[in-house]
Amino acid sequence: MTGRLAPAAAVTAAAAVPLLGRDYYATLMLPFFGYSIALLGLNLLFGTTGLLSFGHALFLAVGGYTAAYLGSTLGVRSLEAMLAVALVVAAVIAVPVGWLCVRYVKIYFGMLTLAFGMLFYSFLYKFYALTGGDEGMPVARPSLLGQGFGELDKTAYLIGPYYYYSLALCLVAAVVMWRIVRSPLGLSLRAIRENADKAEYVGVRVRRYRFYAFVIAAVFGAAGGVLLVVPTGLAAPTLAYWTHSGNLVFMLLLGGFGHFFGPVVGAFVFIFLQDQVMSVTQYWRFVFGAVLAAVVIFLPHGLMGLLARRADA
Amino acid sequence: MTPLLEARDVVKRYGDVQALSGVTMALRGGEFVSIIGPNGAGKTTLVNVLTGLLRPTSGRVVFKGRDVAGVGPVRLAALGMARSFQLVNVFPALTVAETLAVPALARLGRGARPFASLARDAEVADSVAEVAELFGLAEKLPRLARTLPQGDKKLLDVASAFALRPEVILMDEPTSGVSTRDKTAIMETLVQAARRIGVKGIIQVEHDMDIVFAYSDRIVALHQGRVLADATPDAIRADDEVVATVLGRPR
Repeated sequence: MTGRLAPAAAVTAAAAVPLLGRDYYATLMLPFFGYSIALLGLNLLFGTTGLLSFGHALFLAVGGYTAAYLGSTLGVRSLEAMLAVALVVAAVIAVPVGWLCVRYVKIYFGMLTLAFGMLFYSFLYKFYALTGGDEGMPVARPSLLGQGFGELDKTAYLIGPYYYYSLALCLVAAVVMWRIVRSPLGLSLRAIRENADKAEYVGVRVRRYRFYAFVIAAVFGAAGGVLLVVPTGLAAPTLAYWTHSGNLVFMLLLGGFGHFFGPVVGAFVFIFLQDQVMSVTQYWRFVFGAVLAAVVIFLPHGLMGLLARRADA
Repeated sequence: MTPLLEARDVVKRYGDVQALSGVTMALRGGEFVSIIGPNGAGKTTLVNVLTGLLRPTSGRVVFKGRDVAGVGPVRLAALGMARSFQLVNVFPALTVAETLAVPALARLGRGARPFASLARDAEVADSVAEVAELFGLAEKLPRLARTLPQGDKKLLDVASAFALRPEVILMDEPTSGVSTRDKTAIMETLVQAARRIGVKGIIQVEHDMDIVFAYSDRIVALHQGRVLADATPDAIRADDEVVATVLGRPR
C-alpha cells in the first residue's frame, strides 16, 4: 500500500507547493522537475543497465540549446515543438555517441562519455556564431499547449502554468520509465547489469540493448534539459560541463540508484540542500563533498535505501 | 546421418601455447557425448570454440550445416544451441522467475520490447513455469538467485540454458561443486528435462567418471589438445592408453 501512497502523496504535495504563497520554493521546484526527468533516464543506464555515464550533461545541454535555438533564432514559441525537436536531436546525437560508448564498460565507458561531454562543451563554448559561446543563448518564454500567458509576469508564469506543465511532464516521464523498467527490455537490461556474459548465452543482445538504454537515457536527458532552461531563460555551456554530469551522478547516489524513485528523491534533496547550504556559506562545495563522502560510506543505497530499510524493519 | 554439431580439425593457439591441435569430433542427433581428459587437455577451450565464444585459429565448427566458428553466443542461441557453465553463473539480483524469463523472451524475439508488460505475457509465464517445474524450482520462483543454495544455483544456470529450448546443449561440468549424492539426482533431472524439452543432442565436460560412464553414448577423450579416443564407454574402458592417461587408474 505504502508503495502507491507515497508517490501519490508526493505528487499532491508537489501540486500544492505554488498554493502555499512561498514563491521562492515554487521556483526551486522547477529545476527539480527537469532534473527528475533527466535522472530517470540516467538511472535506466546506471541503476538498471549498470553503465555509469560521466557525460550525461551533454544531453541536458542538447535539450537546453535546442529549445534556445528554436526560440531565439527560429522564433518557435511552442514548448511542445521544442520538446519534440529536442528529443529527436538528442536521439540523433545519441546514436553515434552511444554506438561508440557501449562498446566499452565500467571506467572506460565512463571516461568515453566524459570525453564526449567535454567535446560538446568545447563546441558550445567555441562556436560562438551558433551557440553564443560563453554567453550562451537566451531562451524566450515558450507557449504551453498554444497558450502564451502574456498577461502573466515572469514569476506568475513560472510558478503557475509552467509549474504544472513541468509537473505533468515529470509524471508522464515517470510513468513511461516505470513501464520501460518493467518491460521485457527492462528485464533484459537488468540481466545485462547482473551478468553480461551469462546474458549473452541466454540470447540477450548485450551491446544492442545497452545502446537502446543509452538512447532512451539521452532522450530523457534532453527533455529535462528543455525544462531546465526555461526558468533561467538561458542555455549556457556549463550545462554540458563535466561538473554538471558529476552533479547528476551525485543526485543518483544521494537518492539511491537501486530504487525507481531514488533519482527523484536525489534531485529533490540535492536542489533544496544546495539552496540552503549556499545561503549559509560560500563554501557550499566543501559541504557537498562531505555529504557525498558520507552518502557513499554510510548510505551506499542512498536515501531510498534508508527508507526501504525502515519500511522493512 | 549428418552430425548436428561438428568440429573439423580445430586448432586453437594462445600465443605459443597450442590449446587444441587439430580436434575433430561430432555430435549426432539423439546422442549424449562426454568430453573427458586431464586438466589442461583443452576441454573448456573446445567447448568455448564449439559455442562460438572463441574463434578457432584454424579449422571449422559446423552446426546444422552452417559454419559457426566465432559467431558468438547470441547467434548460436538463436540457431538452437545453449550452454551452461562450470562455475555457478547466475544473475544474482534477479529472481528465479526473472532468470528463466530472460531466455524465454530472447527465444520469442521479445527481449527488446520497451513498453510491453512483462507481467502480462502469458507465453513467457508458461515457459517459466514449465522449465521451473522440470528443474524442481517451481517453489522458488520469487527467490533471488543469490539466496539459493549452491545446488539450486547450478540447476538454475542449466535451467536458463534449457529455457532457450535448444536443439543442442553443452554443459561444462554440470555437477561440479555438488555432493556425490546429489550428482545423480541432478543428472537425472537434466536428462529428463532434455527429453521433455526436445533437446536433440548433449555434450558435457565431466570429471566424475561414474557420471560419464553411466550417461554417455560416446566419450571423447582429450589429451594435450588432441583426441586420444572417440568411442563408446565400453570401448573406452578397454582402451589401455586412455585408461593410463585420462582415467589414471585401471577400471
